[in-house]
Parts: sequence; C-alpha cells; structure tokens
Amino acid sequence: MLKTFFLGVLLGIAAAAGALYALPVVDQQREASIISVAPNGGNFEAFHINVPMDRIMTGASEPGSELPASLEWPTAEPFSGLRAELFKIRNARDSVIGVASRMAAQEDGADVIEWVLHFPARGSLYVNMDPAAQEGGFRSGAIRAGSREFAGLNGSLTERWKTDTSNDIDAPDGRIELQARYVGELESSE
Amino acid sequence: MKYLISLVLGLVVGAVIFATGVILNPFVESRNLSPISVTDSQTLTLSYSAVAANSIVHTNNGESRILPHPEKVLQLWEAPIRQTSAVASLLHDARNQPVGLGIKFSSTSERTRLLNGEALVDSVWYVYLPGRGGFFVEQSENYWTYVRDVVFPAYRSASNAWKGSWLGNVTAGPGALGTARVTGGSGEFQGNIMPAVESLIVRAWSAKTGPVAADGRLTIELPSINPEEQSAQD
Repeated sequence: MLKTFFLGVLLGIAAAAGALYALPVVDQQREASIISVAPNGGNFEAFHINVPMDRIMTGASEPGSELPASLEWPTAEPFSGLRAELFKIRNARDSVIGVASRMAAQEDGADVIEWVLHFPARGSLYVNMDPAAQEGGFRSGAIRAGSREFAGLNGSLTERWKTDTSNDIDAPDGRIELQARYVGELESSE
Repeated sequence: MKYLISLVLGLVVGAVIFATGVILNPFVESRNLSPISVTDSQTLTLSYSAVAANSIVHTNNGESRILPHPEKVLQLWEAPIRQTSAVASLLHDARNQPVGLGIKFSSTSERTRLLNGEALVDSVWYVYLPGRGGFFVEQSENYWTYVRDVVFPAYRSASNAWKGSWLGNVTAGPGALGTARVTGGSGEFQGNIMPAVESLIVRAWSAKTGPVAADGRLTIELPSINPEEQSAQD
C-alpha cells in the first residue's frame, strides 16, 4: 500500500507539472483584426469611440468638465493646460477591443496631442498628432512606437469627430473615428 | 479499495508538494538591482502611489480585489479588456513635488509561465511632464516575486494581511538587460530612445483590498546627448 502511495505522489507531481506546462494560465479574448491592404503599400485598420458611452475619464482644468463627476483633477499650475481622456476603443464591428488615452497640452506655445492605443491581445501604439487639422476635419499623426504586434511598424493615424445624425434614442452623440495605416520597415533580402 | 485510496491520497500529496516547490523555488530571486542603478548617465525618477484610492482614476473589470476609483468610473467588463486595468496617476519628482501625469495600461500576458517563475503583465505608460514633454514606456513586468513574497504571505496570515517592506524591480523586458523601452514623443524627450525600470515598494497589503501602503517608481536613463545634436556633430 505504501508503494502505491509513493507511486501516487510521483504521478501527482508529474500530473501537476504537465498541467502547469500545457494549460495556459492567461488566455486573452481575441477579436479577429479587420485589416485591409492599402493600394500603395501598408495596411489600414479602422477604430472608433462612441461618445459618451466609451469615455472612461476626462480630466481638465475647466470646472464641470471632469468625468466621473467625483474625479479629483490636480489643480496645481503646471496642470492648468492639460486635458487627458481615457476611452474604450471599438473595431469596425462595434466590439470593444481595447483602451486608449488622448492627451492634449501646450508645449512652448504649440499644441501637443498624443494618443496611446492599447489592445490587450495584440500590443500598443503611441502616436504623436500634428496639431493642425486638415481639410475635412481630419487630424493626422505619426506612429512613434509600438509594442509586441506593432513593434517595428511605422505609419500614421488620423482622428476625426463625426456627429451622430441617426436621431435614434440610444444613439451616441457622435464618434471619434481613428484610422491607422501600418507600414513595415524595409528589410534586407540578404 | 485501500490501494485506490492510497493512490488518490498520493496524487493529492504529490500535487501539493509540486505547488509548494514552485512557490518556494529558490532559483527565482527578487531583482533589486537594475542596470540603470549603476549608470553614469543622468536619470529621471518619477514616483506614484500604487494604492488605487490615491490615484486619479483606477479602473478594471470591477471583480478584482482592487476596487475601481472613483466609485462610478466606467469598468472594463467587455471580454477582450477584462484582464486589463487602466490607471491615471499624479507623478512626483525626487522632492515629492507633482511634476506630471502618468497613464498606465496593464494586461495579463499570455507569455506567463509559472513553472519558470514568470507571472507576466504587458504594460505601457504614457507620461506627460508639463514644460518638458511626453514619452511612452513599453515593458513586460514580472510579478512572481511580488506574489510569492507579499501576496501568498498575506493569504497565509490569520489577519489576511501582510506588513513589512518589499522592494523589487517589476520590469523584465523587452530590453536585453531587463529594462523597459522609452520612446520620447514631444518636448525635450522628442526623438530619444531610453531604457527605464519600474520598481515597487510595498509596506502593507490586504487580501481583501490589495495594496494598502505601496509606492511605485519609474526610473528613466536620460540620453547623454540629443541624437539630433549627435548627428549634427557627426
């Protein structure tokens, strides 16, 4: 009987090791990416943010603009010109796939607008926007850095506010449309 | 029948021995020394409170032991972001003066391997320092020694809490020396690529609410010379 017990101990150790090795401890829910190929190189991917339902935080010095209402935004002088927002971010199928931050500030008299998009199963993107809006209400910016799936990619991101005109009772006020264009770095064929 | 009971008892004891061995694995040690702590270059140190109630915003799926703050903040309950937390914190300099804002997104990593002592989290920081500029930090963090030295003892304690002093670097990559990668985006940081390390100092932890007294620190090694100046000199 003692032999059977020790055999069980060995089997228990082996089974626990095998289970820990084979079974994933973390399994992120992954939505299929909806990416289209651009005619002149690179790939496009569109995201959007439904406002106000996807807004997690708005931090700004203007009184009454804080979200949630009980948010304690720093009142010290250096923070007076900052506006920081956190959002949930959706894909073209309207499924939430990540979170994003948008920071607007003034640096040496010039506007600074920067986005970070974070997709748990894929990676993150850091984008530095051109503060001047382009024709059609677009603002464009360059991808400065990316992690994991986005590491080593260059490209651009455009942002545009689109007001909702559907008049549906549960429709958002509008949406922030983001369109990313990814361009891979050229690699030597040798 | 008695042989079957012996076998089942042995299986259970074996699994417990294995779990104890994984938790107490002496080959996985806390990393208190980073390459940045011995650098000759200038460093930028930013500290923040790692207690959710002291942050500007802390949100997660709402089912974590760390409660979202403020109370009515939108929670990340959708399946693709359920294992993610978003935090906005005030950042302080070495004199404990508020100097900037940090936004951190963290997600549990699918590369987690408990057998190897790796409880990994993929995270990014966006840091904006008014008057100086903004930068982006990408890193993978390993919380294994934190879990082993702080969380498990808290659960083992009769009071469901842990008190002491735990200091460790949580940054584990992607840099070859276990450093995070910082990309400067605006102001004086624009165009710079820098290494960084995030560390935690925990003094009290509760099994009910998570960190009770804890601070985090981001240490960034600043470049000795701006790359544009470098290329102009070349």
